[in-house]
Amino acid sequence: MEALRTYCVRLADDRLVLGHRLSEWCGHAPILEEDIALANIALDLIGQANLFYGLAGDPDQLAYLRDAIDYQNALIVELPKGDFAFTIIRQFLFSAAALYQMEALSRSTNADLGGIAAKATKETRYHVRHAGDWVLKLGDGTDESHRRAQDALNALWRYTGELFLMDAVDETLIAERVVPRLDPAPWRETVTDVIHRATLTVPDDGYMQRGGRQGRHTEALGHLLSEMQILQRSHPGAKW
Amino acid sequence: MVVWDVLETVMDPEVPALSVVDLGIVRDVEVDADGAVTVSITPTYSGCPAMQAIHDDIIAALRAGGWPNVHVRTVYAPAWSTDWVKPEARQKLAAYGIAPPELVPLTRPVVCPFCGSRETAMRSEFGPTACKALMYCRACEQPFELFKAI
Repeated sequence: MEALRTYCVRLADDRLVLGHRLSEWCGHAPILEEDIALANIALDLIGQANLFYGLAGDPDQLAYLRDAIDYQNALIVELPKGDFAFTIIRQFLFSAAALYQMEALSRSTNADLGGIAAKATKETRYHVRHAGDWVLKLGDGTDESHRRAQDALNALWRYTGELFLMDAVDETLIAERVVPRLDPAPWRETVTDVIHRATLTVPDDGYMQRGGRQGRHTEALGHLLSEMQILQRSHPGAKW
Repeated sequence: MVVWDVLETVMDPEVPALSVVDLGIVRDVEVDADGAVTVSITPTYSGCPAMQAIHDDIIAALRAGGWPNVHVRTVYAPAWSTDWVKPEARQKLAAYGIAPPELVPLTRPVVCPFCGSRETAMRSEFGPTACKALMYCRACEQPFELFKAI
């Protein structure tokens, strides 16, 4: 039971933190349609976070009253939003992994987890297609957009390994057939195909960053949480 | 009036042309021997911001209709699908200016709800609300919304 709770909190933390990062584009995206699209995707992710938190405890408490050391999101989602290329490349790498995970999880023996994953699968298909289209436009666009997209890919690649790391929490649930074992191969095939079509280069696999699942984060998460949590911390129990 | 009739009068806050029954948001209604009502609803999208308002509106409408004891519960499985949008609701949507559900990416031209032309194009898969995409009609030069099939 404790393993399932931790697993749900990790799923939710990934989505809440990334949803918050995307929401930072609201009012600042390069075109109106994109502003709306990023806000929509942020809303989907925060909605999914709310549902996964609900399987682990009180969503408000989990989102607003835990410190960085208690957050168990993968490091890739907490990195500052960067330029538009960085945001898009991250979204593509994450969403492609999330789609694969949600599809597999929708067959979970746990009906609650499976139901939410089935719902998230439908939404995540839109996210992958949206980000994938942009990867093609940026990579196969101007010299500048190509350079920025490749820079983002090079900077982010070392954070992708953590999306497929399995620890004791996963192993317990895999043994109980509640969650799937994540294999990076199908994800890698999907992203490699799009990266090549975008005339970009897949970075070499080198050292992969890790630590987020154990609460070891970059400096960026603390700044994000301070902004996200200040209202609830300053006015406990506030509602509007 | 039965409970379902009352629920037909509860409109979706973001698509006020349709009731929560038309949209397939209400999944089940149970009335026990003491008259206590349990309504099961499901969100269209995980982050649908209208869920709390729908929850409150259902309770208020049923109380006003003579059911003081109402419980609204949210269910997530099976996941909501536009297949649950009632056929008559598709016409209501079009009359309201929203093109009824189509699969995205589009496999056929969408009819403009304003002028009936098929000279339309998708501007963005993401519209003003999670359930809609942004379209444009070249014939009447109007932007319009399309309900996305999921």
